[in-house]
Amino acid sequence: MPALAGAALLITPLAALVAAAPWADLPRLATSPEVVQALGLSLRTATVATAACMLVGVPLGWVLARGDLPGLGVLRALVTVPLVLPPVVGGVALLMLLGRRGLLGRHLDAWFGVTLPFTPAAVVVAQAFVALPFLVVSVEGTLRATDPAVEDAAATLGAGRWYVVRRVTLPRVAPGIAAGAVLCFARALGEFGATLTFAGSFPGTTRTMPLAIALALERDPDAAVALSLVLVALSLAVLVALRGRWVGGVRA
Amino acid sequence: MTRRGPRRRAIPAALAALLVLGVLGCASGPGRADGASGPGTATSPAAGDAVAGELVVLAAASLQGTFTELAAVFEEAHPGVTVTLSFGGSSALARQLLAGAPADLFAAASAATMADAAEVTEDPVVFARNTLEIAVPPGNPGAVSGLADLADPARLIALCAVEVPCGAASARVLEVAGLAPAPDTYEADVTATLTKVVLGEVDAALVYRTDVLAAGDAVESIPFPEAVAAVNDYPVAVLTDAPNPAAARAFVALLLGNEARAVLVAAGFAGG
Repeated sequence: MPALAGAALLITPLAALVAAAPWADLPRLATSPEVVQALGLSLRTATVATAACMLVGVPLGWVLARGDLPGLGVLRALVTVPLVLPPVVGGVALLMLLGRRGLLGRHLDAWFGVTLPFTPAAVVVAQAFVALPFLVVSVEGTLRATDPAVEDAAATLGAGRWYVVRRVTLPRVAPGIAAGAVLCFARALGEFGATLTFAGSFPGTTRTMPLAIALALERDPDAAVALSLVLVALSLAVLVALRGRWVGGVRA
Repeated sequence: MTRRGPRRRAIPAALAALLVLGVLGCASGPGRADGASGPGTATSPAAGDAVAGELVVLAAASLQGTFTELAAVFEEAHPGVTVTLSFGGSSALARQLLAGAPADLFAAASAATMADAAEVTEDPVVFARNTLEIAVPPGNPGAVSGLADLADPARLIALCAVEVPCGAASARVLEVAGLAPAPDTYEADVTATLTKVVLGEVDAALVYRTDVLAAGDAVESIPFPEAVAAVNDYPVAVLTDAPNPAAARAFVALLLGNEARAVLVAAGFAGG
């Protein structure tokens, strides 16, 4: 029963969304230039954000799981802070660091004439900020669950350090990394608060799907429902496809 | 302690008495909207009035300062009432009301958003007007001098999204001036737009005169003549399902009075 209640809590609102959908207008609403533009931007930025997260998140998860540095506990707590931080606060924090008057941003502006806010790069940074912890936690958890003795054994048998990583550790943690990457991508795709605060909202440049949906809600709730359905369908497709291919494939 | 005890008990007792008076006032049939004027209520305003309980007011974000002040004035005039204020974008508030948010009074930043909520409100009445000004960071780093600079792609510009009242007004002003704006972001409400100026992230933004005044030294303002083309009316309306219509009507009466006028004008509004 509790399992049923849990599933109902997650699924019934989506069912209501489907029920409320303006099906007759859906094709027109879902293929309008604004939607195509917002969707394209969302997919591009979330992909880049996920790639960037993989690049830095896997090593970070590794360090957290296997490292023996002092202060690792504090680091672990700090990198998971964005999980509990309201994304809007994350956006403000990013402005304080990378905004035109931010700690780092003012130098970027003065030295290179680069201002990050209001650019697609800012969207990527905002998405990476909120999505990275999902990947890190996932990678760290998987690494902790794998026995380092197998790696030691490989090393004892004469395998080099990089060889062990490549042929022993990575294949064993790949499902965890893949699951983390999927979560990370999904979170980046749904990112709203930090993006709006840090990157702003301009069609084609920074207005991702969630921002377009929130704006449509101000004017035309039907359109907002239609856009939400497009995003839900897309997220579902991505989650199902990636999980099937990566996670399932590695296990097989 | 012995002296404070009885007084503490006296306050709930007084509240209960006011509540009873309020119920009597509500039961006195037609005419109760005027407060204590019904034939069944024998109380004079000095002894307490028919207004009591909780008053929930949903108001546009740009009314935060004035309504907070006016709510205190109202509570002082009607000691039996607790005013609960909730501020937000007008269209978001209208949506909440349509979805059944429990409230007594709705004050919007435009006639259009008030019309969105027409299903659940009584007839609105305009109590204030607001005009747009150009807000720039202190020192005006972008050397903005007038509305035409908002059409300059080289400058960083923030506008409210056209879906919200301040954005609709901005679009109207720019259209009247024959300008194609070159904004870098369309913000979700006027507060967010102003914040981008306060943080120095943009060179200029179009916001309400009242927001500029409320921000004090954090921004500078540049009035522009085209602003008269888009004066925003602020309507207020009692909700048809208001749990406390008597208090709601009393608050509307306060809004239309001289005391509120002074507060609104001091904040930069023009009277309704």
